Amino acid sequence: MSDPTKTLPHSPLDLDEREHTFLDANELVLNMGPQHPSTHGVLRVILKLDGEKVRGTECIIGYLHRGVEKIAEHRTYTMFNPYVDRMDYVAAVSNGLGYCEAVEKLLNIEAPPRANYIRVILTELNRLASHMLWLGTHALDIGAITPLFYTFRDREEILKIYEKYCGARLTTHAFRIGGCQYETYDGFEPDVKKFVDFVTPKIDEYEELLTTNRIWLERTKGVGVISGQDCIDLGVTGPVLRASGVKWDIRKAKPYAAYSKFEFDIPTGPNGDTYDRYLVRIAELRQSLRIVRQAVEGIPEGPIMAKVPKVLKPPVGEIYHSIEAPKGELGYFIVSDGSTQPYRVRVRPPSFVNLQALDKMVRGQLVADVVAVIGTLDIVLGEVDR
Amino acid sequence: MPDETKGNTPPASPEKEQQPVSKPPLPSTPSVAKPAVTVPPKPTAPPPPPKPAGPVPVPWESEMVSRLRERFGSGIREASTYLGQSYMIVDRSVVYEVLQQLHDEEEFNYLVDCTATHYPQRPQPFEVIWILYSFSRNERIRVKTAVGDGEAVSSTVALWSTANWLEREVFDMFGIRFEGHPDLRRILLPEDWKGYPLRKDYSIIQQDREWVQVNLGIESGQ
Repeated sequence: MSDPTKTLPHSPLDLDEREHTFLDANELVLNMGPQHPSTHGVLRVILKLDGEKVRGTECIIGYLHRGVEKIAEHRTYTMFNPYVDRMDYVAAVSNGLGYCEAVEKLLNIEAPPRANYIRVILTELNRLASHMLWLGTHALDIGAITPLFYTFRDREEILKIYEKYCGARLTTHAFRIGGCQYETYDGFEPDVKKFVDFVTPKIDEYEELLTTNRIWLERTKGVGVISGQDCIDLGVTGPVLRASGVKWDIRKAKPYAAYSKFEFDIPTGPNGDTYDRYLVRIAELRQSLRIVRQAVEGIPEGPIMAKVPKVLKPPVGEIYHSIEAPKGELGYFIVSDGSTQPYRVRVRPPSFVNLQALDKMVRGQLVADVVAVIGTLDIVLGEVDR
Repeated sequence: MPDETKGNTPPASPEKEQQPVSKPPLPSTPSVAKPAVTVPPKPTAPPPPPKPAGPVPVPWESEMVSRLRERFGSGIREASTYLGQSYMIVDRSVVYEVLQQLHDEEEFNYLVDCTATHYPQRPQPFEVIWILYSFSRNERIRVKTAVGDGEAVSSTVALWSTANWLEREVFDMFGIRFEGHPDLRRILLPEDWKGYPLRKDYSIIQQDREWVQVNLGIESGQ
């Protein structure tokens, strides 16, 4: 550390030695956001810097707070359903699935098998869409512009399927409490199969662009490392947890919808760095395609809606139900007082909890890595702030 | 169906909100709305029969619960399972110790969520809920405790770091203080925000009126 010229600016190992800094010890406080393009919304991060090195961060959130939980108390169960789409708006279908299943549990009803298959297909397509959007924007943040065009081109095909299915592309409101509102349109299965065949080689294309790309490796390897133990302590879930070597996925641990019927693996990474999280999400794209293929081939005939009363009045009680959303554990804690409106709805958002790990992940790293780490956490501010 | 509910909700929401305040002119609106609400129950008539057979909380018996009961006695007020989900209601004085034992000895190493609910009618109006998960057991449980207005709960940040933001959000939304929290500030709302939005006596309409009166100089924006 005596010769500062010998320290490589991109080697986090050297930067970790906090005591021996050749820079002025004066801290510089820098505001990043709330309008910074790489924060994917309105997130303000106060950085405490020592030169280029991050000494600490503080997240200021709440710019998109709309009081969804309060709104829920003033809407009926049915009326609140579209609101959940507006939280994680890039994975609206997953939000809807979590909410509908939670209310179904509270009502003690179950969606029919065909509805569950449709739900799995659409939710997994949504995971693909969410991961694709993540990959494009994350690569863009780090400086690779091309993947964005590739992933948005392919994500468009998913949105087209959504549009044909329910008329909406983003905030779909695809599911209803008790099943699905719409039967699949004519040509739904061929469309989905065609998409799976179309996109499978495309994932190799993304990998060709990035996996062995030297710049990509420099910017992601060893950046934002977090151990599995720290992830659990911080409540971090989803691909971030799995990239730190914890093989845990709610689809396997507590299967919901029809997930117990499908074969798929849980990809994990050994190092818990940004590169591993990239690899895990890429592997998840392939696993999702595997699930979609199985679901389309095995989709049963039958009703798509369970017998649900016109006015939903769940018995007094409370329920917590969570699903594996693209970003992690998305949970709904609902308290019913026996009336038509929920007494309390608590959303356990994966983005909110995962964002808390930012400080741990960027300490001792460079300012440029903060951008990479915010990207790799895959947060959606609509969900962080609710 | 959506139209029907749309018509019902505005009167229904003041009814829900005004419970503690009970303004004289407003209760008339819910009573007007009530006939409209009672029209649909005819299709709802079928559900009542399954109700007795429906889910009821059953006592939650397990080795872990008996171990906790052994140590804390009547501090564990209730341990039940409802719809396959287990929860226990714990006295506020021992809740930290219970959570600590669950964390240290029963391997509940993942705090899924920490949240609260407001019941204005109860003598202790708040309920704080911890949702815990154990990776090794693949088990999810809830621990609840009743908290009075102005009372504080021990912070669990020392057990799970994730409690930091979760407790801040509970403080922000309900005004429940967590003793020993390293940085108990509002998180989603601005520092100078008045009131705690998820309390039942926090009226959205009143909030809206206040804002338009101060900022726009009109009586009501509704």
